[in-house]
Amino acid sequence: MRNRRKHPISPETIDRVFKYTAIAGAIPVLLLMVGFLIQLCWNAWPAFREFGFNFLISVKWDPVAGEYGALPAIAGTITTTAIALAIAIPLSFTTALFLVDAPGWLGTPLSHAIDLLAAIPSIIYGMWGLFVLIPFMQLYIQPRLAWIPFMGEDYNGFGFATSGLILALMIMPFICAIMRDVFRMVPSVLREAVHGIGATRWETAFDVTMRYGKRGLLGGIFVGLGRAVGETMAVLFVIGNIHELPRTLFGSGTTIASTLAANFAEAEGMFRSVLFALGLVLLLMSFGVQIVAQWWLIYAVKKSGGYNG
Amino acid sequence: MDNEIFTKQCAAMPPEKVKIAARGINFFYGKNQALFDNNLDIAENKVTAVIGPSGCGKSTHLRIYNRIFELYREQRVEGSLIFDGSDILNSSVDVLELRRRIGMIFQKPTPFPMSVFDNVAYPLRLHFKMNRRETADCVEDALRSASLWDEVKDKLKKSGLALSGGQQQRLCIARAIAARPEVLLMDEPTSAVDPVATAKIEELILELQKRFTIVIVTHNMQQAARVSDYTVFFFQGRIIEFDTTEKIFTNPGKQQTEQYITGRFG
Amino acid sequence: MVEHGFRRRPLFFRKMADILSRTFALLSVALAVSGMIWIIWVTISYGAGALSWEFLLEPTRPWGLPKNGVANAIIGTILVTFGAAVIGVPPAILGGIYLSEFGKHSQIGSFMRFCTNVMMGMPSIIIGLFVYAVMVVPTGRFSGFAGSLALAVIMFPVVMRTTEDILLMVSDTLRESALALGMSRTRTTLCIVCRSGRTGLITGILLAIARAGGETAPLLFTAMWSDAWPTRYFSQPTANLPVLINEYATNSPYDEVQAMGWGAALLITAAILGMNIVSRIFFREKKHG
Repeated sequence: MRNRRKHPISPETIDRVFKYTAIAGAIPVLLLMVGFLIQLCWNAWPAFREFGFNFLISVKWDPVAGEYGALPAIAGTITTTAIALAIAIPLSFTTALFLVDAPGWLGTPLSHAIDLLAAIPSIIYGMWGLFVLIPFMQLYIQPRLAWIPFMGEDYNGFGFATSGLILALMIMPFICAIMRDVFRMVPSVLREAVHGIGATRWETAFDVTMRYGKRGLLGGIFVGLGRAVGETMAVLFVIGNIHELPRTLFGSGTTIASTLAANFAEAEGMFRSVLFALGLVLLLMSFGVQIVAQWWLIYAVKKSGGYNG
Repeated sequence: MDNEIFTKQCAAMPPEKVKIAARGINFFYGKNQALFDNNLDIAENKVTAVIGPSGCGKSTHLRIYNRIFELYREQRVEGSLIFDGSDILNSSVDVLELRRRIGMIFQKPTPFPMSVFDNVAYPLRLHFKMNRRETADCVEDALRSASLWDEVKDKLKKSGLALSGGQQQRLCIARAIAARPEVLLMDEPTSAVDPVATAKIEELILELQKRFTIVIVTHNMQQAARVSDYTVFFFQGRIIEFDTTEKIFTNPGKQQTEQYITGRFG
Repeated sequence: MVEHGFRRRPLFFRKMADILSRTFALLSVALAVSGMIWIIWVTISYGAGALSWEFLLEPTRPWGLPKNGVANAIIGTILVTFGAAVIGVPPAILGGIYLSEFGKHSQIGSFMRFCTNVMMGMPSIIIGLFVYAVMVVPTGRFSGFAGSLALAVIMFPVVMRTTEDILLMVSDTLRESALALGMSRTRTTLCIVCRSGRTGLITGILLAIARAGGETAPLLFTAMWSDAWPTRYFSQPTANLPVLINEYATNSPYDEVQAMGWGAALLITAAILGMNIVSRIFFREKKHG
């Protein structure tokens, strides 16, 4: 029998080359992360040297006079994100449950419809928010709710509530799609086992499915969180762009991202450096959130016994 | 199965209390019929083994008893299943309580993603109001009954998934008996588990039999012969023969039964 | 039979919780879907009026001049977005393969995964700032290429993570059986694992592209905006639809200009949604076929 000709390059070498190519593909992530930090620090340094850490807690914002305070923007970012998550997470969770349990003829088209919601560009949300939602809020919703404390007597359609709403609508499909995929991946034996001891659908979902896919679910939430924190265009159009601390839900304010978008193009010199500083703050906030998320996930996964989502 | 033969078989059975009686069960996956006119009596506090070649409908039949098939829209059943005086296939019977009284153990061990303790406590917390002390006592009780207590008593807080396969299956058994069901359905409980653990679980079944009615689907005829009091032979969705284990394995009435047992097919 | 004798939890509340959760679920879905319909409906109705052949074929001109269109922006967007895909997707897939095949249990792998997750959460405007500082300032000019870079940076961690997730879903048994047949790691990964997750991978990539295509913020300071045809992709600001929409819809008082903004919005929405729908249909068929 004829001997098969041995392949000129041994499979081990191919494997090794492949592995290193793959690593090379992954390296940019690391480089970018470090690069971001360095670049932003470098460009933000003049601002910090000039204003010190007072910059972060000051509320005064007057570019013409050279006074800059980051607190309104920071607070605004946190507020809009919090509102968006508070609305989007329960909405996504229940929607994902519905989609997974629904019969095929209903669940599939609905799934696709919600995925399309995620595909709509953020600037379209902004336009819709500006031209449609704001008048709607101003005329129909806000007058009816303004009496509730923290809503705000003084309203004009713009502000945190509207931004939070739009953000929630924007991040919901992301979170929901991920949650839905997580739910789908629960083995049917496990589902049957939980039902088998006499649990209702909701109990199955809340007590077991959620824990089984905890890592994936949280991943979804953090995707949503990340998007909300940095979302620029949609918020830019509806937040009102006033540098004030958030006091009421219907009041106007600003976020870091919208401040950057609104001012960067024309800014020069110190103003530009200040904007970089704001960008750095946003970057650190995002980093901070992600780091906490990762640590929690690893810690929590260890505690509940290492299910590898 | 012929009514005449069935009545004869029933006469052959000592008049023990019938825990569950299946009458005229027909089962459908969508348009395909999987079970044809099943009639069966499950005796109380005895082990009934269900044997037959792959795909003959044994698991399907078992899954009717706790209505777990209802999770899937295309599956439906006709006929009646009398348990404790009422027809459990009647939709007015509450399925949550039914499943507390009829527990199920699956082929693959299915520990919940929680600690060992929480796994066993879960059905208790679902169905009962108990304080911490009571819950801990019941959990220990269930784990002892499942012959698992000694192995896990120091690991109660560890995840259920961290146990070995055989331990996980015994954990599932402990969980299934925690809420004091009356019937235990076992769907090939040892097929995914190593032989040592299999032996332990079989021992366990003989112990549990004193308190529970057990129906066990098994691929392994020797297992059926070892643990069961009654045996049902399924073939292509029909019950071919149903009698005491001793009779089935030593002197089966039907030719098909004999062929399966002696390994001609299956 | 020894009964527990413990007090039972009333079934009523458990069932109520179940029903409530299902009602709430139904409402959530209704809310999400009606939100979507509302937005799309608004886009179509406001934007349809601006659509015409002139709109699609003429480049943008300063307000007042006849024959105003957005053709240059359309081409610019296509250039910038697909340029970004070419730059960003291949390394991202390789990176994702690394994470799922080689980096599952290693320290480096965990760290990389960590970095990817962190990067995924980066606000797109920060990415725009970064590319501005790294590309625009040194070269002294805005360019479409810088815009592509920015979009590539956005797409990169997303595709990497999606790839990893999809490949992780492929069961180990599949890998093991391939390796048991004597296939090299490379062959197993490329021919078996990736093929098995093919649908998910491609959907992930297309979705990432569609998402990047709609991004405005990173383009604001990189590709900027121009009235010219995008012939100098590497050295001049490149017209693109998102920034155009921003300019026309919000920075202009003229109704006609705003209408053009809506028209452009309709175009880009239609394109992106179209891509989404087509990729779904195509890959759903492939999955079954």
